[in-house]
Amino acid sequence: MRDDIVSSLLKQISDIEVIPSDGAYNIRKNGEGIERRSTKDVEITTKTDKPGIDIRVAPFAKADSVHIPVVITDSGVKDTVYNDIYIGEGAVVTIVAGCGIHNSGCDASQHDGIHRFFIGKGARLRYIEKHYGEGEGTGERILNPTTVVEMEEDSFCEMESVQIRGVDSTKRDMKANLDKGAKLVITERLMTHGKQFAGSDMEINLNGEGSSAQIISRSVAKDGSSQVFYPRAVGNAPCQAHIQCDSIIMDDAKVRSIPEIAANHYDAQIVHEAAIGRINNDQLIKLQTLGLCESEAEEIIIEGFLK
Amino acid sequence: MLELKNISFRINDDGRETEILNDISYTLEDEKFLIITGPNGGGKSTLAKVIMGIEKPTSGQILLNGKDITNLDITERAKLGVGYAFQNPPRFKGLTVRRLLSLAHGSDLPEDECCAYLTNVGLCSREYLNREVDTSLSGGEVKRIEIATLMARNLDVAIFDEPEAGIDLWSFTMLVESFKVMCKGRHRSVILISHQERIMQLADEILVVANGKIRTQGSREEVFPKLLGEFGDNCGFRGKEA
Ligand SMILES: Nc1ncnc2c1ncn2[C@@H]1O[C@H](COP(=O)(O)OP(=O)(O)OP(=O)(O)O)[C@@H](O)[C@H]1O
Ligand SMILES: [Mg+2]
Repeated sequence: MRDDIVSSLLKQISDIEVIPSDGAYNIRKNGEGIERRSTKDVEITTKTDKPGIDIRVAPFAKADSVHIPVVITDSGVKDTVYNDIYIGEGAVVTIVAGCGIHNSGCDASQHDGIHRFFIGKGARLRYIEKHYGEGEGTGERILNPTTVVEMEEDSFCEMESVQIRGVDSTKRDMKANLDKGAKLVITERLMTHGKQFAGSDMEINLNGEGSSAQIISRSVAKDGSSQVFYPRAVGNAPCQAHIQCDSIIMDDAKVRSIPEIAANHYDAQIVHEAAIGRINNDQLIKLQTLGLCESEAEEIIIEGFLK
Repeated sequence: MLELKNISFRINDDGRETEILNDISYTLEDEKFLIITGPNGGGKSTLAKVIMGIEKPTSGQILLNGKDITNLDITERAKLGVGYAFQNPPRFKGLTVRRLLSLAHGSDLPEDECCAYLTNVGLCSREYLNREVDTSLSGGEVKRIEIATLMARNLDVAIFDEPEAGIDLWSFTMLVESFKVMCKGRHRSVILISHQERIMQLADEILVVANGKIRTQGSREEVFPKLLGEFGDNCGFRGKEA
């Protein structure tokens, strides 16, 4: 069922090569679920009305990591999947998702993952998502994730997304609604090269008193690639939000950042910081004085920046 | 041996030529500890950058062990054994102290060795190893790490640009005492840019650079007693005393 390509993709996107000996997981390959395990606290079921799964984490469960990787190894696959994730009240869980595409053909391979999270009162979710593409074919590798997060009172959610290599086109869409005292932390790391395109559309609605959001986005655009960011934070109650976007631009790349911050309440505090610039020259020179050539120095600076 | 022959460095600022270094010639023999001092803006750091290859001289020649390195870039000079600890070291997001030291050393440094380099510059706690060299470090900590990166190498010419700046008085004494010991056996010759009398006591030779020129040069015994007089005739903070 799993071969070398699948194993190596899995390693890239979810740090697992082998099935974890415990914990729930679901592996989807070329548009079909191929392996799955539910546990006492984490139930994974197939949706009946459309492709995808439901994940239910029991209230007050202290579950380990749940892995839900998706791999595409056939050329020309267009896979759309709907995953709904319900985190019960007071539960604590880490979910590792990710999508790896190996395209050795000439047709485009595309995965559109629509994830909806319903995070119960006081629950804590850590969600990690890695995107990765490879393959010697000319077919495009396309990933369009949509994420919706509904956060109940005093819940906490930390989302990390990483896309470092090989995805030709990506459009991410993210929307979050925060209730009273909910806290959302998003870190996004992205690198584009060649002729790649990446777009990120984000809307954070802070609806409850004392809710807070922190968004940190770091990106590197190389060669002739382009990136567009639309972060948007709307404060509808006494709340705090901080959005920070840092981009390094190289070669002939293009980066645009179009932030919007809106306050609909007297006590909403919303801050946005954005910077786009070349690699710092002093950093480059410093590394060169240690004997590294310019391209090695660039690589180390970028690696650190995206860490 | 490092030879500077008639080094000049001019910059063109909106059509106006400014001479930053003016016909500097000097030979630094092996095993020598040279201190460069002089007024702010005199050209000391610029001279260091010219030796490292960060700035290209407008005219003149630089020889390292008889080889002309004037047209070599920074990386090539680094590989030949020239090193420069910045006056204002840059900070790096995501790069740990340990990684930086390993890069300086040229290969992965075991934890113990890293700690030894850090202890030498007064950063004793192991906690520093995995700290990032970013804005979370204090000014003095960054300067100490900068010194350590040069101590992790074996150089023909090691240049330290005001290494004591920002380092507290307490550690300063220790640094003065250990600096020469640290460099011995590691670097063939050392250039240290400083304004501190205490540090000048370490010198074999002293060079006073002012207005882009060498104003005075010679052994410590010759130059040091005259130093205060050297600065006296400039307009200083206090202005002319009646
Ligand atoms: N790239 C540059 N553009 C314009 N002016 C410069 C440039 N580099 C150096 N200078 C000028 O050259 C002069 C010498 O600068 P340098 O940094 O070498 O002085 P310094 O002797 O190291 O001073 P300090 O003791 O303050 O460190 C200064 O007047 C400085 O403003
Ligand atoms: Mg200087």
